[in-house]
Amino acid sequence: MTMNKPYKEIPGTIVFDADMASLGFHLNQFCMSLMKAPNRARFKEGEKAYLDEWPMSEEQKQAVIDRDYNKMMSVGGNIYFLAKIFSSDGISFQDAASTMTGMTQPEYAQMMLNGGRKPDASNTKSGE
Amino acid sequence: MAKINAGVATSHVPAIGAAMDNGKTEDAYWKPLFAGYDYVKKWVTEQKPDVVILVYNDHASAFDLNLVPTFAIACGEEFKPADEGWGPRPVPNVQGHPQLASHIAQSVIQDDFDLTVVNTIDVDHGLTVPLSLVFGQPEAWPCKVIPIAVNVVLYPAPSGQRCYNLGKAIRKAVDSFDEDLNVQIWGTGGMSHQLQGPRAGLINKEFDNDFLDRIVDDAEALALKPHFDYLNEAGSEGIELVMWLIMRGALNDQVDVKQRFYHVPASNTAVGHLVLENK
Repeated sequence: MTMNKPYKEIPGTIVFDADMASLGFHLNQFCMSLMKAPNRARFKEGEKAYLDEWPMSEEQKQAVIDRDYNKMMSVGGNIYFLAKIFSSDGISFQDAASTMTGMTQPEYAQMMLNGGRKPDASNTKSGE
Repeated sequence: MAKINAGVATSHVPAIGAAMDNGKTEDAYWKPLFAGYDYVKKWVTEQKPDVVILVYNDHASAFDLNLVPTFAIACGEEFKPADEGWGPRPVPNVQGHPQLASHIAQSVIQDDFDLTVVNTIDVDHGLTVPLSLVFGQPEAWPCKVIPIAVNVVLYPAPSGQRCYNLGKAIRKAVDSFDEDLNVQIWGTGGMSHQLQGPRAGLINKEFDNDFLDRIVDDAEALALKPHFDYLNEAGSEGIELVMWLIMRGALNDQVDVKQRFYHVPASNTAVGHLVLENK
């Protein structure tokens, strides 16, 4: 029996469900390792070598090296785990979020000051 | 007898904690937000709660993907602020109430709510930012705190109905604790926000204000709101609002609204805040 997953159709949004968690287990656990300062230092010294210690796909490793957060989420990353990467880079949550939107950081910050991205027919799924 | 007398709801945005820790509360960006919490700071010094049951979620700090409890209750004596990657927040350790926490666990598990019991846990901004917003920056928190952690990171979070009913079970548990204690319950997280993807930055003022209205006097129906509606209309992280329903379920059907506040933005997030007293 197939489970109905209507949340997969919400525009511009990846919901971190059990499927994504399974796909992204090692990617997310790699992120958790960056909570420890010695690990952050080793990661910064040689990102590829550090990533190679984890049983992640090459696609996942490359997305991390590229700091492509949309890509990381599409291969199972969760934003609260990925936050360990941009925190290690000294980047704020708002700046990191802006990189996923195609906007510049100042444009994104101004949008938030103006009340945020307003829901409309293009960014929400209409009712059944 | 112990009694739950009041509830507080508030967002728990990490940038709010950082603003307090770095002395930025008077900055133009932050000042209007902190003004919305002047009332609760005064109110809580008059209320003098002995214990706060604080419903929050961990953000990949204490729980990674090795362990994802849907509901966990912390029964330990003391909890340290978590190091979330830039060092722990400079706030006091949190003192637990092991006797009441264990009593609640025993009571609600027998009422079919299978809470995970945790004794050692570091508490992240989800728990410490609400404490800072309500109590300011004291040397020590002025009351005991029982953390209840809810999974809202791995979909699905528990349903609104489940949360609301858990609140009722917690209320029943507190009512049957022998010691005289003035207890509050706080629900944290939300309001609308999305931190990820091309849709990051979504804020839905209409959704949020409807939620603020209905959690006061239409909570039973509000509890039926499906997950999809939160995700679709309030953003992928707006689902945190189900935690407010645990707070509401633990209060009387009739409550007085002592404070209501709404502000956009704090970083990526819409901030909502309520102070409710049982009628």
